[in-house]
Amino acid sequence: MATSGTTLPNAGPVTGSRSFLSRLRDGDEIARLITMVFAATVVLITLLLVYELWTNSALARAKFGLHFFVTQVWDPVIDQYGALPFMYGTLVTSAVALFIAVPLGIGAAIFLAELAPPRISDTLQFFIDLLAAVPSVIYGLLGVFIVVPLMRTVIFPGLNKPLGFLPFFKGPSYGVGFLTAGIVLAIMVIPYIISVSREVLLSVPRDQREAALALGSTRWESTWNVVVPFAKTGILGSIFLALARALGETMAVTMVIGNVPTISASLFSPGDSIASVIANQFTEATGDLYLQSLVALGLVLFLMTFILNGLARLLIVVTTQRGSGVPT
Amino acid sequence: MSARVKWRRFVSNFMLTLTGLCALVCVSVLFLILGYLVFNGGTSINWAFFTQLPKPVGEAGGGMANAIVGSAKLLLAASLFGVPIGFLGGIYLAEFSGGAVASVVRYAADLLNGVPSIVIGIFAYSMVVLPFRHFSTFAGAFALGLMMIPITLRSTEEFLNGVPRYLREGAMALGASKWKTIASVVVPAAYRGILTAILLALARVAGETAPLLFTAFGNRYWSQGWGQPTASLPVMIFTYAVSPYEDWHRQAWAAGLVLLGLILIINILARTILSRGIAVPRS
Repeated sequence: MATSGTTLPNAGPVTGSRSFLSRLRDGDEIARLITMVFAATVVLITLLLVYELWTNSALARAKFGLHFFVTQVWDPVIDQYGALPFMYGTLVTSAVALFIAVPLGIGAAIFLAELAPPRISDTLQFFIDLLAAVPSVIYGLLGVFIVVPLMRTVIFPGLNKPLGFLPFFKGPSYGVGFLTAGIVLAIMVIPYIISVSREVLLSVPRDQREAALALGSTRWESTWNVVVPFAKTGILGSIFLALARALGETMAVTMVIGNVPTISASLFSPGDSIASVIANQFTEATGDLYLQSLVALGLVLFLMTFILNGLARLLIVVTTQRGSGVPT
Repeated sequence: MSARVKWRRFVSNFMLTLTGLCALVCVSVLFLILGYLVFNGGTSINWAFFTQLPKPVGEAGGGMANAIVGSAKLLLAASLFGVPIGFLGGIYLAEFSGGAVASVVRYAADLLNGVPSIVIGIFAYSMVVLPFRHFSTFAGAFALGLMMIPITLRSTEEFLNGVPRYLREGAMALGASKWKTIASVVVPAAYRGILTAILLALARVAGETAPLLFTAFGNRYWSQGWGQPTASLPVMIFTYAVSPYEDWHRQAWAAGLVLLGLILIINILARTILSRGIAVPRS
């Protein structure tokens, strides 16, 4: 290049290039500071979120203390609020969801990671990703118009007749309730279990499989006795992740759970969950204590998902690192 | 071949078939959802749905024009708020960060990403609705923008980190300053990935309902401005689906079809952008 390009100071005079460089350094400093401000905003927002939840629930925390968690009454008329029925609803629906989603999801993940040829596996994973993108209000819509009628006509009679002697399957059924919400939640969290478990399974070193096969085990034995135990912690992480999603899920649950704060062993009974009660009552909450009790519920939900997400991330990181740490 | 080996073969094949069935069931749910929505939504969608305002309660007909525009406004404002913070923050993490600060930012972003959407709604309510004493489009956009930040941030960082070192070194060797290298070499090399991430973030918040319930609220008429409550498609689907009116159910299906169609198209578009061609030419 014969022309003296301004950005090619390879032969420039020493003094000139020094001031040029220092000006450049200034530009770098400015860029660094600007991007840092934006990065710091993220931290600030997160801290602010925790702070707002904490201060805006002060009244409820001061009045009820730990009794908040063991009180069954939720009555705006006498200004008495307890979180127990909602926590019960959240936990029961999430448990039902995991009970259905875990076997199905892990089975599918094993198929995608171990058996399916890469092209089929990728195509199916693409559909699973799309499934994860379906918004929760759509799941709710389908829940209201498909799962609820199905519950009344097929699932309730099918479970109540042979198993009605168990407290879980006692009638009557209104269509909406814990089980309906659990089923809808299960469909919603399956994609998360599949995606993460598949990734964890794929990170298991190849020689683990080959060693098992070389010792004469069948395909399934190598998968179940060698690969799955190797990926155990990561799969557990995917389950925690799914649980965190299920606990915080609002719309789909609100639409099919019935919104009656009850504690009942029967899965057919209508109930309520933490997220649903916030969604339903927040705008109509009159009085500070009422509103702050709802925020306190939000705080509880936040803490639950916070702990679960942290655990999940830890488990997933531990497994994938162990996979890549083993020399292949 | 002994009976035991036969038995083990059988168990192996049986279990493997079972896992295949699991995968089949899970994937077919997507097609079930799509089929049902296309069937129910397709029969109830009409021109009025896109052009008319909702009719008064109990009256049949009408559409959701205001909700469609409301959703678009919410998404636009949410992107204007969330994308710059996520994008520039991501640049900081990938290019300028030094150890401790970066991990604090990363941790905060992951935490924010895991916050249930209803809790984001409470936060937006106390930050925007309470001080202004008004449900507003802004408050809804604030809530949605918050949800876009962590996704944009982490994926910007990831894609920038994926840009090969030699591109940076080449630019630096030509005398470009660090920010010039970033602006004219690194970011353009990663733009496909970053664009995908932004589109996916947009698709994710487009269907969010819970954070809008008590921020953007709802509106049966055209929204009077950014400081006023507005209708949005997801909230309309929720209200209409749980209502007792037959005609509202029909419109909920139509809205569901429009919303899901939009989200799936954005998703497929984003994933094809990412997969088509390699962002950085390999030597």
